[in-house]
Amino acid sequence: MSKESNIDIYRRRFLSGSAATAAGLAVAPGVLLTEVAQAKPADAVVTSDVRWGMLIDTNKCNNGCDDCVTACNEEHNLEGFGRPSTDAQWIRKVTLKDKQTGYVQTLPVLCQHCEHPPCVDVCPTGASFKRADGIVLVDKHICIGCRYCMMACPYKARSFIHESLQDQMPYSPRGKGTVESCTFCVHRVDAGMTPACVEACTAENHNAMTFGDMNDPDSELSLQLKQHNSRQIRADLGLNTGVHYRGI
Amino acid sequence: MKQLVFKEIDGGKPFYMLLGFFGLFVLTALGAAWYMEHNGHWVTGMNNQVVWGTPHVFAVFLIVAASGALNVASISSVFNKTAYKPLARLSGLLAITLLVGGLAVLVLDLGRPDRLIVAMTYYNFKSIFAWNIMLYTGFIAVVGVYLWMMMEHKMNRFTKIAGFSAFIWRLILTTGTGSIFGFLVARQAYDTAILAPMFIIMSFSFGLAIFLLVLMGIYKWSDRPLGDNILLRLKNLLGIFIAAVLYFVLTYHLTNLYITESHGIEQFILMDGGVYTQVFWILQIGVGSLLPLALLYSPATGNSRTWIGIASLLVIIGGLAQIYVIIIGGQAYPLEIFPGKEVASSFADGIVGSYSPSLPEVVLGIGGVALALAATFVGVRVLRFLPTSLADEVIDPHYSAEAEATA
Repeated sequence: MSKESNIDIYRRRFLSGSAATAAGLAVAPGVLLTEVAQAKPADAVVTSDVRWGMLIDTNKCNNGCDDCVTACNEEHNLEGFGRPSTDAQWIRKVTLKDKQTGYVQTLPVLCQHCEHPPCVDVCPTGASFKRADGIVLVDKHICIGCRYCMMACPYKARSFIHESLQDQMPYSPRGKGTVESCTFCVHRVDAGMTPACVEACTAENHNAMTFGDMNDPDSELSLQLKQHNSRQIRADLGLNTGVHYRGI
Repeated sequence: MKQLVFKEIDGGKPFYMLLGFFGLFVLTALGAAWYMEHNGHWVTGMNNQVVWGTPHVFAVFLIVAASGALNVASISSVFNKTAYKPLARLSGLLAITLLVGGLAVLVLDLGRPDRLIVAMTYYNFKSIFAWNIMLYTGFIAVVGVYLWMMMEHKMNRFTKIAGFSAFIWRLILTTGTGSIFGFLVARQAYDTAILAPMFIIMSFSFGLAIFLLVLMGIYKWSDRPLGDNILLRLKNLLGIFIAAVLYFVLTYHLTNLYITESHGIEQFILMDGGVYTQVFWILQIGVGSLLPLALLYSPATGNSRTWIGIASLLVIIGGLAQIYVIIIGGQAYPLEIFPGKEVASSFADGIVGSYSPSLPEVVLGIGGVALALAATFVGVRVLRFLPTSLADEVIDPHYSAEAEATA
């Protein structure tokens, strides 16, 4: 038997083992503290069978609460330098006031993880890219810091690193002179967890944020999206964002 | 018509002093670039709202002007106007040096200029930026070949085809530069196809203004005769280009003024955008367009070499102002993320982006201009770019000394 086919067998055993574990966890709710979104073995390729998405219910989003922002900053160690115009923000609370009616609401804005992301289109080196599962990321190794993606993003979701950073998180590499934005906490999602912002919102029982697989018709996210009317920000641009909002 | 003789300009102490003068600006610019990269961009005026600042204004201006500087050569080779033929070599040289100056500024303002090699080895072919990298390097090659065809006697028969290729290339190149902004769907000031042709006509104007100044400057410097005839032809052309740019600016704003959705950005640029409104009306329209038009066509000033020079300088100032309004004004105007809503956040949503140019940015930009000029002077020093004389009787095929005597 050739070496290759041996490896194939090992891989198959590992994958079936992982699948069995996942199945076991699925039929035993309450085993994990956070909902298992869809754990992916570390060596499995990312496929487009999954499209990660998020629903934000602005009716449940409290004015003055910024737990999601704090959680994100802690998770990725987005320590600022006290310079608001150049400090990075991956998720921010935005207050909206209707110009006609005066109706006020607040909601978090983050990278919308578009199906057709303008940042990916314009990036000259391909550093801005979209994973097969819909998560839009920046490869910090080939980002040249041209900032064209920031010009192109309709949601102002990206930040340029204006100064040297220290104490970075190993799962969230960042670097002076490159552009970054919300990763949908890809390191957590790949490990079967939800993004830090969603976890924080849920932990406080606000439940304004739902994360999940939009391609899975039975996921909590898909069920909610099917049940309630939701909107994409700047839907007119036809980018088919991964983040949807209720109540705007 | 006398035989044209192309010859290098004289070297010696004055030449090296001039080179040293430009070199000083280039060195300072390198220092500024190092300072910005070492500390990070927070020491500049740029931020997460206005991500492209003064260096981009200079870089885009130089790149746009570069393709326009080639016009004189195109008129000679593509449109067969023999009067322009003696100027064609300088035109090609300036096209290359201005582009190099602009690209240097652009690269040194990158967040990671050390990764230039990445930009040249990783391509996203859907990116207009990536296309431009190829258009720019290709332009230098195409114009280089064109210059070779012009300057090597044995190759002269290929001049027309090389000139035609360079002409087509420069049109595509400036279309690409304009489309960097035209393709941006997110921002109110951009997202329009008119930017591509507008950039082309801007390049005609800016490039010719620089060409005129450099031509007059070098001929005065090297004490070579420069006839009125060619200058007056060029200044008439410059006037037409200025008017054409105005036409495009007018069309752009009229279209936006008609479309309700665009009233916000128009109100911002034309009425209450503070410094951007002032730069638009005073520098771009007044000082940079109407005043030079008046100077170039008024009988009192239109035939004066000094005033033609001043008008050219004003066109350059107006051009920088125009690109400042397009690039920085266009970014300062807040993104319409939630149409119909007043927006507030800790990330400067809904408010006009703040930007004021910092010294290192300006120094870097000027360094690009100095690099282009230094390279031009080195070019005319080492190779035969310039005729020893551009006096009327040398270059005008229809010149008649008798006619002038009897006139």
